[in-house]
Amino acid sequence: MAEKSLMKGNEALAEAAIRAGCKCFFGYPITPQTEISAYLSKRMPKVGGTFLQAESEVAAINMVYGCAGSGIRCMTSSSSPGISLKAEGISYIAGADLPCVIIDVVRGGPGLGGIQPSQADYWQITKGLAHGDFHVLVYAPASVQEMADMVAKAFDMADEYRMPAMILADGLLGQMMEPVEFPDVEIKMSDASNKPWAANGHKGERKHNIINSLYLQPQELEDKVVERFKRYEDLKANHTMAVADYCDDADIVVVAYGSTARLAKSAVDAARKEGLKVGMFRPVTLWPFPEKELREATKNAKKVLTVEMSMGQMIDDVKLAINCSKPVEFYGRTGGIIPAPADILNKIKEMGGNK
Amino acid sequence: MTNEFLLAGFGGQGILFAGKLLAYVGLYAGKEVSWLPSYGPEMRGGTCNCSVTVSDDPIGSPLILEPSELMVMNTPSFDKFIGTVKAGGMAFIDSTLVDGKTDRTDIKCFWIPATGLANENGLKGMANIILTGKILKETGLDDMAVIEKALAKVIPPKKANLLDANLKALKLGMDA
Repeated sequence: MAEKSLMKGNEALAEAAIRAGCKCFFGYPITPQTEISAYLSKRMPKVGGTFLQAESEVAAINMVYGCAGSGIRCMTSSSSPGISLKAEGISYIAGADLPCVIIDVVRGGPGLGGIQPSQADYWQITKGLAHGDFHVLVYAPASVQEMADMVAKAFDMADEYRMPAMILADGLLGQMMEPVEFPDVEIKMSDASNKPWAANGHKGERKHNIINSLYLQPQELEDKVVERFKRYEDLKANHTMAVADYCDDADIVVVAYGSTARLAKSAVDAARKEGLKVGMFRPVTLWPFPEKELREATKNAKKVLTVEMSMGQMIDDVKLAINCSKPVEFYGRTGGIIPAPADILNKIKEMGGNK
Repeated sequence: MTNEFLLAGFGGQGILFAGKLLAYVGLYAGKEVSWLPSYGPEMRGGTCNCSVTVSDDPIGSPLILEPSELMVMNTPSFDKFIGTVKAGGMAFIDSTLVDGKTDRTDIKCFWIPATGLANENGLKGMANIILTGKILKETGLDDMAVIEKALAKVIPPKKANLLDANLKALKLGMDA
């Protein structure tokens, strides 16, 4: 295996996308994700792919819609306000059952907000991304290596389940450098050869395929949506991911995702050094949320603490997962402020973390 | 063992580059590393800092609020960060550029006229590397084979002709 080198999270993600067989990228610049576009603008032409800077986020997502319909692996990336602009297109892609990968390197909001790290898009991405009954897969990396690893995973799962998959990162993960290595990935379904639904030209040899999200007959539309939700149920049952550390004997379990999980883990390690019984639970898939894993990790806990870079959004899913069976408290900073591990530790102590 | 470096100064002084060099020295010494820049609308001429962690253990928070080693190359950064250095830590200060003093006795301060030294030795613009040399020396990350490999990695191919000057600056710092 090649020697590890240091890369920014955004660049590692972009390189991993190419290695995962991504052939087309459509983007529009916005801080703090611009390195993804910049990197791909140099690399894509060298691997025979297409890099295209669109005239707007709306144009970029609709180019993804068209490209995905032809069965080619494609991607777009943006940051919070840009994702809001893409929302309509994402709903159409979901409604047409097409696979693609969408990156959101979250910044503070609402509105134009700021450009510093944030997790205030959790509700938007996991619950109300756009109109209609649909979900997208959501992966939350917590390191530069995971930024790379999860892109390949996202492409594979998007293809397998015929739906958009998103990577929810933030400015901290995008901008930081860490060692990264790119394992040889086996690329599945990177072209249209095993996508019988692809609208990629039939040469008169088969019936033409139609990519569409318009179903005017209610029964037909309901059937489509119900079929889609059956796939969602399969994902919920079989494809949740989470990491639990020191939860078995923990009185307090701290729940955090993405870069906040790194900060929370520092606080939990410090608490353990002081002899406090504190555990750490990190959801890796945000949709589907790892409910059963969280129930298992908190079964002996007296309290749960959710830490986020927002006013408290994932906390809803934490409460739902454990059915409010124990108190769930919250600590967070927002607007681009990163919660300090020392402040998280103070909150743990305030909650009565015992030796 | 964990070193938490905070490097701060003006944009254009090579703060991020020095941080990258420290990170690669750590990486090639077989340690865990992370490098986190401040980023914002301010660029050239504005204040700039970066957090570099070099550790034997997996790194939790990449953001450093209380550095064990601080490098500062301007007065605003000195005023802002000198109070945040961990007790028992070290500060490496470009005394040509920093106008300030501290009454802290629980940290070790190295006042090095790095910019002056650079100018006197024909190494204009390499004050950052002189300070980095001193940091590497004082933290024991001073295996020359590792440092040379890291330097060769971080200097872009277009500027490979500057490798010797950078090495000279590093050694000057180590002996300062």
